[in-house]
Amino acid sequence: MSPEPLLHIQGLVKRFGGFRALDGVSFHLNPGEVLGLVGPNGSGKTTCINVICGLYAPDGGSVRYAGRSIGGQKSHHLVKTGINRTFQSPKPFLSLTVRENVEVAAHNGNPRAGFDVDALLALLELDRYAARPAAELNSAQQKTLDLARAMATQPRLLLVDELAAGLNPAELSRMAGRLRALADGGMALLIVEHLMGFIDKVTDRVVVMAAGKEFFGGTLADATRDPEVIRVFLGGGHHG
Amino acid sequence: MHKPNRIILDAAIATAVVAVMGIARGVYSNELMLFNFIMFLTLAQGLNIIYGFTGYLPFGYVGFYGAGAYGFSLVVMHLHVPAMVGMVAAGVAALVLGVILLPLLRLSGAYFAIASMAAAQAVYEIVANLDLESVTKGPYGVSLSDVFAPATSYYVALAILAGTLFLVVWLRNSRFGMSLQAIRDDSVSAAMAGVSVVRGRTIAWLLSASIAGLVGGVFAWHISVFYPDTAFDLSVSIFSTVFLLFGGATTLSGPLLGVFILYGIYNVIGIAVPQYFQFTYGALIVLLVLFLPNGLVSLLTNRGIRVP
Repeated sequence: MSPEPLLHIQGLVKRFGGFRALDGVSFHLNPGEVLGLVGPNGSGKTTCINVICGLYAPDGGSVRYAGRSIGGQKSHHLVKTGINRTFQSPKPFLSLTVRENVEVAAHNGNPRAGFDVDALLALLELDRYAARPAAELNSAQQKTLDLARAMATQPRLLLVDELAAGLNPAELSRMAGRLRALADGGMALLIVEHLMGFIDKVTDRVVVMAAGKEFFGGTLADATRDPEVIRVFLGGGHHG
Repeated sequence: MHKPNRIILDAAIATAVVAVMGIARGVYSNELMLFNFIMFLTLAQGLNIIYGFTGYLPFGYVGFYGAGAYGFSLVVMHLHVPAMVGMVAAGVAALVLGVILLPLLRLSGAYFAIASMAAAQAVYEIVANLDLESVTKGPYGVSLSDVFAPATSYYVALAILAGTLFLVVWLRNSRFGMSLQAIRDDSVSAAMAGVSVVRGRTIAWLLSASIAGLVGGVFAWHISVFYPDTAFDLSVSIFSTVFLLFGGATTLSGPLLGVFILYGIYNVIGIAVPQYFQFTYGALIVLLVLFLPNGLVSLLTNRGIRVP
């Protein structure tokens, strides 16, 4: 066990006007670990990722990464310290080629020389589209390109926002394998996902959120037996 | 095409344009027309740097041009410095205006375009104000006969064109230029690629502003007598924008084609028979917006052919 986790979220608060999208959420994540972040729509999962990657500044609580407090730092700076993410709807650079999409990230996010862009494209089976504009890719390929853009910065912490939605079963299984392999290589992954089969295949443990707070931490199998989790997901606030 | 070949082709086009405009002065007598060509070739590329590489389209681009013209004129009139010092002042004046207007980059799309136009109008109102007659000569315009030097100023304009063209060649073939295009396509993804979005936009904005300022300065030098209405004439913005969009932004050749074709037509029929010119121009723009919204070069780029 490492003395301090790679990512430590403590009492994180994010407000939008009067709405508390994050209302004191806490969890931690170790290197090489895959943590699933699950919960109903609007429970604050994506907001949580947006705060960790620097898109939003937190309104309270702390985000500690590799022993330092990073809450409120700018995204492009955090990328260089090893944090990256994918987007629920991928946003590639449409006018650039697939290869250039990855080159931008490799050059700016990971200034170390010698990063092999072509090897990454081959690994993610994007190599045959390398010279084509990203606008020509279908949505599953754009999601993969989004992952390639993130991986080109060689992150230590990867935040994955609903990468599986919209993939067919064969693509799902390959994507699960890829994410698992990244974790086996020492990367920490935080995965937001609605597809429980995918969560089950990829994650080591899950944190269940509702209304901006976490209320369960453990394995997915335990979560499905937890009465509180069942209540939040399936309703049933009334007795009898 | 391999990367070194691309750069060589881009550089060859830039060199050819500069050479043609340099030689033309010796073989064609209408120097003012050639000078205007150089001005618009430069302004269209200056606009290309901000629009083609970051997606911001400033309708008030003429504001930097006017700031440059008056930056040049004020130091030459009041401090009696050599014209080359005036050129530095022209660039600095536009740069300072660019810094003052940096907050506009928080806007986007039409809001940015309109706000930049309002800013240019505001600068015009200040410069043309009667109360500032002792400083700017107000609405009566400036006369710079002391430094009048048509030949020198022509070649200085040519040098500014050369510098601007090679700046665009560099942007098209450098990592920095690629980062700018990434910001233009999606600023959030660009940030997550490690690109500093604010820094990139600021640099492109100030480069673009400085180029317009230098063109304004060399215009003041070459013309030597002008009014604030001329230096802040909105048609400078409109022409540069139409030339850029007609040819195709982000490329080197697109804005060049736009200027040579459209400003060519303007000079052939625009002055002699203005009504035919306006008809032709209007028809061209309508056809372009309908069928080639990404400019002439998109005839090739849509077929997967890389245009220099």
